[in-house]
Amino acid sequence: MKYRFLILRRVVQVGILVLFFVGNFSWVSIAGKNYGVYQGDTSVFIEDSRNLAAGESKITNRAMHFFQGNLSSSKIFGVIPMSDPLAVAQLFLAGGALALDIYIGLIVVLVIYGLFLGRAYCAYVCPVNLVVDFAAYLRRKFGLNTLVKQIHIGRNAKYGILFLTLVLCFIFGIAVFEMISPISMLHRGIVFGMGAGFFGILAVFLFDFLLLKNGFCGHICPLGATFSLIGKYSIWRVKYNFEKCTQCMQCVQICPENQVLHNVGRKSAVIDGMACIKCGRCIEVCNDNALTYGIANLIKRRQNEV
Amino acid sequence: MGFDESRRRSLLKMTQAAGMLAVGGLIWSAYIYEAKATSLLLLPPGAKQKDEFLKSCIKCGMCVEACPYYTLKLAKPLDNLPVGVPYFTPRDIPCYMCKDVPCVNVCPSGALDKELLTDNGRLDVNKSRMGVAIVDTKNCIAYAGIQCDACYRACPLIDKALYLEYKRNDRTGKHSFLLPMVDNDVCTGCGKCERACVTEIASITVLPRDVVLGKMGTNYIKGWDKQDESRLKDASTQINKTSKDKATDYLNSGGDL
Ligand code: SF4
Ligand code: SF4
Ligand code: SF4
Ligand code: SF4
Repeated sequence: MKYRFLILRRVVQVGILVLFFVGNFSWVSIAGKNYGVYQGDTSVFIEDSRNLAAGESKITNRAMHFFQGNLSSSKIFGVIPMSDPLAVAQLFLAGGALALDIYIGLIVVLVIYGLFLGRAYCAYVCPVNLVVDFAAYLRRKFGLNTLVKQIHIGRNAKYGILFLTLVLCFIFGIAVFEMISPISMLHRGIVFGMGAGFFGILAVFLFDFLLLKNGFCGHICPLGATFSLIGKYSIWRVKYNFEKCTQCMQCVQICPENQVLHNVGRKSAVIDGMACIKCGRCIEVCNDNALTYGIANLIKRRQNEV
Repeated sequence: MGFDESRRRSLLKMTQAAGMLAVGGLIWSAYIYEAKATSLLLLPPGAKQKDEFLKSCIKCGMCVEACPYYTLKLAKPLDNLPVGVPYFTPRDIPCYMCKDVPCVNVCPSGALDKELLTDNGRLDVNKSRMGVAIVDTKNCIAYAGIQCDACYRACPLIDKALYLEYKRNDRTGKHSFLLPMVDNDVCTGCGKCERACVTEIASITVLPRDVVLGKMGTNYIKGWDKQDESRLKDASTQINKTSKDKATDYLNSGGDL
């Protein structure tokens, strides 16, 4: 099936959002009437000047508590903590005295993504991926990739911005990327209500749509950079087979980080560029089965590098 | 060594990148500074000192989910607090001072600190200092001599945090004033008084403690209060040099008065 990984990604992505969303859903019963409360928005009964204290307090469904919190820090089934490694690094450098839960959550994430998934976070979890994929789709539709003169921001700028983020955290004693992060804005917006965060998301969309192909995730996002670095040696990879390749270059066209496909048309290889988000778009578009998901042979790769 | 076109170009590129990073950093810094400095919003119970709190809160919203009264919200852009930080608006929904303080219990980062609310190994929500209530004596109808004790009745620490002072009303010659007064040391800043106030805009308002509370310093000591002298312990012993000028000089030729 042509779009199997795209569908899988959307199911996982949206599924995670829905689970966070219903985790925060609750209802209250005031004077015998039930009110459902989405995103903590109580205006339905507050404007009725019905005081909460007069009713019973809120009822949450424990069974829906698959996820608590958000992508910055969450708990699965109320037990397994997970924390965003960039958020933790920022708070740590800002000088925060963090509780143990956060560090355990960090280790859980480091193990999962460091050993196995690498930057797959960007393709399978991050909600901004929905926005930028839509922008990329529109670009293709309108043929903007060839028309609009692009501004020049290097692929490595994201590592520079990551560095800047960490330095500013140290100087200002606060998690500085969290203050402007469209990722957190969007995810928090979906779970707790969007507000002016909408404009942050719009900015990312317009930037990707009008100014730079794969602009935000490919060139700017320090969280993407963080997961790249963490997942440098992760074993889940895309593999390229030169023998089967007819060199149509469709994969390079579609890949949001196409510099990692530099071996295409040259020699068989494991795509070991750390920026690969493992979205599988290249696998889908290839009509010749030259690309597949696979497990990298760590030892062999080491030898290749030497 | 002659000019190498490609080397020159890559040098130019590097300088450009450094320049962009510097400009970006500058704008970003200005924003951070602005957003950190301005805040009249109230933090949840058990929050550490604001600076420490901002360093620890990971903005997960678990406190928001845990609060049974929908008191807490996460700051959105333009909300006057760093984005994603939990806060509450007492006029909408005050903090109901849950005995088991679920918001603090669930916080994974330690930004809401159980220690701050613990007394002899027992959680005591009344130890929270989210803010302090301030009465606007010009608009509070009780100060106008009209009977109202809405805030007083609403206060969970009635007669301790919020008490009434009785005064004779000279205008009528009979009715007495029942004036709401706040004890800064006891008020938790829960805002139930602000929520209850009957005037169009609340005449009793909870504000962050660091914004409104003063400090007497060591120049002034209440001599009648033995305890008060203990404040002198940390007083600086450095003496200011007195001017050598004579008083007349100072009066007649003090050029830059
Ligand atoms: S103490 Fe209770 S009412 Fe107050 S913020 Fe926490 S959970 Fe909400
Ligand atoms: S639970 Fe703690 S870390 Fe999470 S948003 Fe609330 S104060 Fe911040
Ligand atoms: S904020 Fe108001 S209600 Fe709460 S303790 Fe202080 S005076 Fe009482
Ligand atoms: S409720 Fe408002 S008007 Fe009434 S006494 Fe309190 S502050 Fe004054």
